[in-house]
Amino acid sequence: MAKRRPPIDIKAQPGFRGAAYICVILLYIPIIMLMILSLNSGEAVGKFQGVSLRWYATALQNKEFYSAARNTITITVFATIVSTILATLAAIGTTRVKPWRGLGAAFMVINLPLMVPEIITAVATLSFFALLAGALGLNFGIGNLILAHTVFCVPFAYMPIRARLEDMDLTLESAAADLYATPWNAFRRITLPLLVPGIASGGALAFITSFDDFTITQLVAGPGQTTLPLFIWGQTRKPMTPEINAISTILLLVSIVFVASSFAIARRRK
Amino acid sequence: MAAGQSAIEARGVTKIFQGAEQQSFKALDNVSVTIRENEFFTLLGPSGCGKTTLLRLIAGFDFPTEGEILLYGRDIAPLPPFKRPVNTVFQNYALFPHMTVGQNIGFGLEMLGKPRPAIEARVAEMLRLVRMEELRNRKTSQISGGQQQRVALARALAPQPKVLLLDEPLSALDYKLRKDMQIELKRLQHETGITFIFVTHDQEEALTMSDRIAVMSKGKILQVGSPHDIYDRPSERFVANFIGETNFIEATVSGTANGQASVRLSNGAAISAGVPEGFTPSGKVTVVVRPEHADITGDRARSTMTGSLSNIVYFGTDTHYHVKLDGGGEFVVRRQNSRVGGTTHEVGEAIGVAFEEGAAQVLRD
Repeated sequence: MAKRRPPIDIKAQPGFRGAAYICVILLYIPIIMLMILSLNSGEAVGKFQGVSLRWYATALQNKEFYSAARNTITITVFATIVSTILATLAAIGTTRVKPWRGLGAAFMVINLPLMVPEIITAVATLSFFALLAGALGLNFGIGNLILAHTVFCVPFAYMPIRARLEDMDLTLESAAADLYATPWNAFRRITLPLLVPGIASGGALAFITSFDDFTITQLVAGPGQTTLPLFIWGQTRKPMTPEINAISTILLLVSIVFVASSFAIARRRK
Repeated sequence: MAAGQSAIEARGVTKIFQGAEQQSFKALDNVSVTIRENEFFTLLGPSGCGKTTLLRLIAGFDFPTEGEILLYGRDIAPLPPFKRPVNTVFQNYALFPHMTVGQNIGFGLEMLGKPRPAIEARVAEMLRLVRMEELRNRKTSQISGGQQQRVALARALAPQPKVLLLDEPLSALDYKLRKDMQIELKRLQHETGITFIFVTHDQEEALTMSDRIAVMSKGKILQVGSPHDIYDRPSERFVANFIGETNFIEATVSGTANGQASVRLSNGAAISAGVPEGFTPSGKVTVVVRPEHADITGDRARSTMTGSLSNIVYFGTDTHYHVKLDGGGEFVVRRQNSRVGGTTHEVGEAIGVAFEEGAAQVLRD
């Protein structure tokens, strides 16, 4: 066997430490500033006058904020669940079948939305719903948004699930079959439990993608279908108060809790 | 060994793997073999010889292109693996990582729909059999390689399969552990009375554990027999070469009678040699003699062949004497070492090689 060279310790390279600090600062300082300023007791966004939860109170009493939050949760929860289920089925269908001619094409079709600029998808989705409404008189209300979100979330959910399936030792499924497990039982007792971390990360990705989608939602949303990102965008058009910081902080905390718990599930399962 | 009932019988089994672009690979070529009940049967051969393919066909992970696989007389070739009363110990064990040792062992019984108390009792019994009672509630990632091996065995034995298939199960273990597991496997086979079909490329493993061995090469079974038969009476050059060391000598057949052939070696010596079953040799043939079935002697007049010692290699338990034959070619003699007695020889010495009675065997090819 060839002698293994000791791995290069990147931490010992000159300038590494400085560069790392700069990256971390650039990434997180604006977010931390936003959170600190949400505790401002004054009226101005830029000038810190004292600590208070005043703007959280204002935000939580804002009817528009509630309506936006309700819309976002409805859309995101539905879109996450449906797209994760679809992505799981697609991942099984593209990894646990005999290779067929259209497999590469199917893979492309599933992942294409990641490559298409979002504004294009947005315009296309808008035209599609306009066509539905015009030609067939169909309008699902908030269902339009749920449908749109579900569709663009599928590839995000698909990738980690597929990766997990591809990493899985196929002899485990053979062993289950050898031990009298029917294909359904082998899936339920072996494949699915081992797939949970992949489904959790897929679901988390879909959730975040749907939760903060702006471009597509902006074009597709009808009146009364304002979501949180649209609401925040609307706030920045008015004279700004620290309320917007408070709202953003709330969103951030929700995201952090969600992502952290899905990571925790993935870790525990490993 | 008494000929028991046949547990597994392969009849004219051919397996062709269809690769991309018209390329196909014949992994098994018209293989027929009968494996008896309660027998420790080994499929032995180099990688790519088709031994694992045959095992997978018996397990049901692949289906034969042609031929039948009979389990106690019933053709099981079209059945999926979960409908065959046959269990497998996988090379990498394939233990379910999200289950405990006990859950792994109970899985097969659970899938068969056995009641809970019966499963619990059987799991406890299997843990006792492989001596792992105290590890029942461990995760499979928390036990050593040797212990995983035992769990894999217990899991496959728990549903009391008609036949147990073992796919090179010892290859991942280190030397010492492998030796222990060989003995352990023999014990388990004895205690459970289940037919074992064992796949290996390790000839020593095959010789020490098996009741019978099938030597395979290039998708065909070349010879089936007891370890003794295979070692002492190889029927083909490949078998003789693959199992142990051996000497090949050119010879001419002068007559055959009662399963023995009279042959004349290239140096003129006339000896009698064994013949593979159902084969009538004639003309030029190759004869094999194992190194320990011949001895070197100073008495050149009474030896089968003569030559000079070209090399002496000491191995601890035995010594190899390389003899450069007078008529050309080399012959290796292995002699057991002992503390006392024995004549000493020196390189360059003129010497004779004497065959033991019945040491020579004619090859088919």
